[in-house]
Amino acid sequence: MTSDYPLIQGPVCAVPLAHNDQIVMGHGSGGRMTQDLIRKVFQPYFSNTSLNTNNDFGVILNTGFKRLAVSTDAHIVSPIFFPGGDIGRLAICGTVNDVAMSGAKPVAITASFIIEEGFSIPDLSHIAKSMSEAALEAGVIIVAGDTKVVEKGKADGIFISTTGIGFVPDGIEIGGSYAKPGDTVIISGSLGDHGMAVLSARGDLGFETQILSDVAPLDAMIQSLVTEIKDIHVLRDPTRGGLATTLNEIAVQSNVNITVEEALLPVKPQVASICELLGFDPLYVANEGKLIVIVPANYAEKALSVVRENIYGKEAAIIGTVNSEPKSRVLLKTCIGSNRILDVMAGEMLPRIC
Amino acid sequence: MKYLDEFRNADLVKNGLEQLHKITQHPWVIMEICGGQTHSIMLHGLDQLLPPSIELVHGPGCPVCVTSLELVDKALAIASRPEVIFCSFGDMLRVPGSNSDLFSLRAAGCQVKIVYSPMDAVKIAQLNPDKEVVFFAIGFETTAPANAMSVIQAKALGLKNYTILVSQVTVPPAMHAILGSPDNRVQGFLAAGHVCAVMGYYQYHSIAEKYKIPIVVTGFEPLDLVNGILKTVELLENGENKVVNAYSRVVTEKGNIAAQAIINSVFQDVDRNWRGIGLIPMSGWGLRSEFSQFDAEKRFQVDDIMTRESEICLSGKVLQGLVKPNQCPAFGTLCTPENPLGATMVSSEGACSAYFRYSRVEEIIK
Amino acid sequence: MCLAVPGKIIEIFASPSAKMGKVDFGGVFREVCLEAVPEALVGQYVIVHAGFALNTLSEEEAQATLDAFRELDTLEAELGIDDGFAK
Repeated sequence: MTSDYPLIQGPVCAVPLAHNDQIVMGHGSGGRMTQDLIRKVFQPYFSNTSLNTNNDFGVILNTGFKRLAVSTDAHIVSPIFFPGGDIGRLAICGTVNDVAMSGAKPVAITASFIIEEGFSIPDLSHIAKSMSEAALEAGVIIVAGDTKVVEKGKADGIFISTTGIGFVPDGIEIGGSYAKPGDTVIISGSLGDHGMAVLSARGDLGFETQILSDVAPLDAMIQSLVTEIKDIHVLRDPTRGGLATTLNEIAVQSNVNITVEEALLPVKPQVASICELLGFDPLYVANEGKLIVIVPANYAEKALSVVRENIYGKEAAIIGTVNSEPKSRVLLKTCIGSNRILDVMAGEMLPRIC
Repeated sequence: MKYLDEFRNADLVKNGLEQLHKITQHPWVIMEICGGQTHSIMLHGLDQLLPPSIELVHGPGCPVCVTSLELVDKALAIASRPEVIFCSFGDMLRVPGSNSDLFSLRAAGCQVKIVYSPMDAVKIAQLNPDKEVVFFAIGFETTAPANAMSVIQAKALGLKNYTILVSQVTVPPAMHAILGSPDNRVQGFLAAGHVCAVMGYYQYHSIAEKYKIPIVVTGFEPLDLVNGILKTVELLENGENKVVNAYSRVVTEKGNIAAQAIINSVFQDVDRNWRGIGLIPMSGWGLRSEFSQFDAEKRFQVDDIMTRESEICLSGKVLQGLVKPNQCPAFGTLCTPENPLGATMVSSEGACSAYFRYSRVEEIIK
Repeated sequence: MCLAVPGKIIEIFASPSAKMGKVDFGGVFREVCLEAVPEALVGQYVIVHAGFALNTLSEEEAQATLDAFRELDTLEAELGIDDGFAK
């Protein structure tokens, strides 16, 4: 059958093509393409009462708490998808954990995306799905969000910024300045998994491993601790800079000494191996699903067993003590019985041959 | 890990230390030539557990530390070129040149890539035929076979865009320079175990004989280091100046002949300038003429380099064991790992960096 | 100057330019150049630096070193020596 319409040759009217595969500048313009993106990619995964009102704001009900805990973070990781997780899971868990460190139950999160032109939309869907799964696991809702698109080369694929909110129950005082001499230091599991998983996944150094990132929400572990232990002094997750850097922060804030024992530190064999090969120290490698718990010594065993009951705390261990001297310093008692300083991380760790 | 964990066994290390305490009757000054040994000693706090009369002095066995300032500046000049992908071991990234360092160049947008092996740089050259790929070939004898192999591979693959910037140095001339110095206090040497894995230790007999000094081939794990120091003290207490192998699971007297052949096919002896020490004749290796097309210094004309070293940096004296890092006025104040004045504070195995990171315990505990 | 790590050869293959192998470092795997250990076999341990095998490891010599240090302890026990060295 011949067509009644003339055959069109040459340039055609520039009606926007349906961009199903890649992000283009129009997706960040605030117009129809943005709305399409939100509807097709984000809403299927982020749908909730607040977000579905399509307002510029989200509203959360305060059920009678005096104090709000808030935390914000920007997430940048390469590669975006790595063994054990992706940037989406990292974004939700990272902020959930920061809020939870106060003893609060995290309730809501906002997510703002800066996406590079050309980014794959199927990948973006995958990230949104990861975020919704992590949010569900942590019991938080994504109440507000934003999307901006930048030109090619102006962002490394995608940056995600999250802000989390939780309510702090009355009577809870947990923070980095509350460690006291005599306290016990507990870590919820093996060190260095996330950093080494991401490094191996980058592939630049040619190593094959089966290391998985430990990225996980710690809110349930913390809620159990807060319920069962009357007196928790410090909770913190050893993220960038690793255990050593985070313990230093606490030692300075509390003006105490923290001494940990090398023989007690849990490190998975593959993580230990790759650190040997590259000259890295697992104590300085990032973790994304681990908790430092500092409690008075009489609560130590109980705290340890509470952490071990949680799915992410099976390898928890007591690793050291808080002392009065030398103040603001972290020491490591080595396997052979000497002491050395564990300083904060100085700059980025680089692989070495020496 | 097998062959590692056993040599970190606390009980065996304790046995060795007890024995060492028992046999040490006199004060001794012992130098460990290798920066990796310095790092391991500090990491495990071994220096705290030795008999107080034993003084460990740290040698210039840190190829990062001794790479001449001129070569670092040449590396920076080459890496700044837009057509170049500059590949290096991570160790060199923060070493200060006269005005900058590779890390800063990378931050400014230059193509600087960290590799684990020089053969990875060859792969990068294969994948980027339109770019000039340059590898910063630093190292002692341990790294020479890998560096040489990369050139052999590049030749076999017919690559025209791969060159190396050579800063190979060798141990025996450095030992002569230290032992021959009028200020020398070193009475015994721990020889570098992995250098000897390649080269053997037959070259050290004449040094032991000439300077009447015991030399013990030593490994890197706590038990290896205790073993090496124990054997050195045994020899010193008995007035013997022999060469003894305390790293026998890896090292033989002749060394690895195949590895030496690979080195000899690519490299030849040359004079080398050691940063902080000066020129030591025939103390390095350079490319043989049949591989001159792989020489980055020839490929890139970078002759107009004006070097400028920090005036207060005492790296050179530290490298020769004449000054301890904490005796330097700038140590920990003007000079820290974040703001290093010299290479010994940058390199993870440089003596200054090792001291800063690990061994200020006594001062801090006071 | 010499960060070198022991690993077990699990595969040997020829590449156009050199004898190569896959080495297992406690569960972490990498391609390593075996050109300097031409007689090395699958199952043997090599000491690897910058992606290059420097030498094979002698199990016998490793045991001998460890035994020598174990004997120090036994010797003391036999002679009834205890000088109370404190950590």
